[in-house]
Amino acid sequence: MKKFINQGNNDTRSGFGAGLLELGRSNKEVVALCADLTGSLKMNEFKKEFPDRFFQVGIAEANMMGIAAGMTIGGKIPFTGTFANFSTGRVYDQIRQSIAYSGKNVKICASHAGVTLGEDGATHQILEDIGLMKMLPGMTVINPCDFNQTKAATIAICNHIGPVYLRFGRPKVPNFTDINQNFEIGKGIKLIDGNDVTIVATGHLVWEAIEACDLLENEGISTELINIHTIKPLDQEIILNSVSKTKCIVSAEEHNIIGGLGESISGLLVKNNLVPMEFVGVEDSFGESGTPSELMKKYGLSSENIYKKCKKAISRKQLGV
Amino acid sequence: MPKLSDIVVQVRRDILRMVHQVNSGHPGGSLGCTEFMVTLYFKIMNINKEFNMDGENEDLFFLSNGHISPVFYSVLARVGYFPVSELKTFRKINSRLQGHPTTHEGLPGVRIASGSLGQGFSVAVGAAITKKLNKEQHIVYSLHGDGELQEGQNWEAIMYASANKIDNIICTIDNNSKQIDGDLKDVLDMGCLKTKFEAFGWVVLNIENGNNLIEIETKFHEAKSLCFQGKPIIIIMKTEMGNGVDFMMGTHKWHGVAPNDEQLETALNQNPVTLGDY
Repeated sequence: MKKFINQGNNDTRSGFGAGLLELGRSNKEVVALCADLTGSLKMNEFKKEFPDRFFQVGIAEANMMGIAAGMTIGGKIPFTGTFANFSTGRVYDQIRQSIAYSGKNVKICASHAGVTLGEDGATHQILEDIGLMKMLPGMTVINPCDFNQTKAATIAICNHIGPVYLRFGRPKVPNFTDINQNFEIGKGIKLIDGNDVTIVATGHLVWEAIEACDLLENEGISTELINIHTIKPLDQEIILNSVSKTKCIVSAEEHNIIGGLGESISGLLVKNNLVPMEFVGVEDSFGESGTPSELMKKYGLSSENIYKKCKKAISRKQLGV
Repeated sequence: MPKLSDIVVQVRRDILRMVHQVNSGHPGGSLGCTEFMVTLYFKIMNINKEFNMDGENEDLFFLSNGHISPVFYSVLARVGYFPVSELKTFRKINSRLQGHPTTHEGLPGVRIASGSLGQGFSVAVGAAITKKLNKEQHIVYSLHGDGELQEGQNWEAIMYASANKIDNIICTIDNNSKQIDGDLKDVLDMGCLKTKFEAFGWVVLNIENGNNLIEIETKFHEAKSLCFQGKPIIIIMKTEMGNGVDFMMGTHKWHGVAPNDEQLETALNQNPVTLGDY
C-alpha cells in the first residue's frame, strides 16, 4: 500500500493565505475582502503587500458579500474571507441572490469549518455549510485536505469563472500532498489502490482515512482511498469506477451527514450502482466546546470510526444487505 | 429624442398594460418612479446602449427595490437596450423579463438580480469601488425603496461607504412613505431619513416632488457636481405612489395589485398614447 509522509503539521487556512498572496502577485484583478478576521484567515500578508486591493469591511458579512458581487462588475475577482459559519448561513440570501443567481465571479473563502474550530463551540462550528452551498445552482464547492492542497485550490479557483465556495479549517493537521500539485476542479484523486472497500474522504478526514487504511491493511483488507476535494461538481466517474470494483463504500467528512458529501454520493449510487454504503460524519447534531482532537473523536470523525464503518460495509456486502 | 414628458406617459402605459396582462406585478411604486427613471436614463446617465456586463467607461444603475421591475423594463426597452415588443413577455414563462430583475436570463441592462430587499446598496458600493480601482470617473446610481431601508444590510453598506469615502455614487431613496402593509410610520416608523443619512456621513439632497421632471433633473445635476469630494451622495426623493393614474394615488393599495379590464381602460384614458404601445 502507498504510504504518505507528513511534511509537517500545518493549517489549511495558512494554505489559503499563501495561495492568496501568490494570486495577488500574479493577477492584478484579484481583490480580497475580510470581515474583521484578517489574522484568523491568514490574509495579513496579502493586506501588507497589496493594501489597495484589500478591503476591511468590518463585522458586516452581508455587506461584504454584496460589495464582492458589485466589484465583479468591471472585472475584479473578489475573495471574501471569514469563518465558514458567517460565510454561508449568516449570508445565505445575499449569496443566493447577489452572487449565485446573479452569476457573479466571487470566491467565498471560509475558514474554521466544522468541529475542529474547537473551544469556541457550536455557535461557530458550522456543519451545514457544504449542504447550503451545494444546493445553490452554479456554485462550485471545494473542501481541500491539507495545506498544500488548499494553496493549490486557492490558486485554481481564480481561473474558474463563476462563484466558488472554498472551505478550510483552523487546526494544524498533517500536510502530505505534493507541494507542486496540479489542482483540477471537479477531479477526485485516487490516493490508494485497493479492492475490498472504497473510502471517499474530504477535508480533514482524508488523513484520518489514510490511517484507517493502515488499520485495515493490518487485517489484510485492501482499501481504495479517494480524495474528493470538489464536492460539487462531483467526480462521478472516479467513484463509480471504484465501487464497480470494491462493491462497497464509506464516505468521510467533517460535516453533518445530512447535506454533505456522503449524501451526494448516495444519490449517485442510487441512480447508477446500488452498493452498501456507510457514512462517517456528524450525525445530525450541533458541536460543542473542546479541543479539535477530542471533538473529532467524540463525533466519530476518526480513523477508528472510518475503520469500523469499512468493516461494516464489507460485512453488508458479504451478507448481501 | 421625444419629449421627456411624452416618454413618461408612454412608460406609464407600458407599466399598466404589463401588469394587467399577467394580473400581477407592482404598478404603484413603478408609476411613482417613472419620472425619475426616465430622467436618469434619458438625461443624466452616460451609458453605452451596447450592453456589456462589466460596464466600463459608462455610468451604472442598480435597482435595489426590484419589485418595481415594470418601470425598469419599460425604460430599458424605450432607451434601446432591447426591443419594446419584448415587454409583452413580462412575467410569462420563458421570458427574460422575470417578475423581479435578473441577470440569469441575459436581459441587457440588468447587472444584478434584485427583489430580496436591502442588497442594492452593497452592490452599488462594490461597483463604485471597482470603478475607482480601474481609475474611472463614471458614477454609480441606485434606487432603493424607503420601506426597504428597514433591512439591516443597507446600514452596513451606508456605514461602509462614508467611512471609505466612496464618493462616486449617487443613491436615491423612493420616499413614497408606503409599504405593503400600509404607511411606513405605522408599519415601522423610519423617523427622519435625512438626519439618519447625515449621521452616517452622507451628503443629503432632497427632491420635494419626485414626479416633477425639472426638479429631478436639476437636483441630479447638483448631485453630480458634488461627486468626487470624499462623500457618498443620497437623494431623498418624495414621490406619489401610483402617480399619473388618479385612482391609484394617495393609497398603498396598488403596491402589488394589477388593475382589472375596466380600471386599465380608465388608467390608459388618463395617459393617451405618445410613442406607441408595445
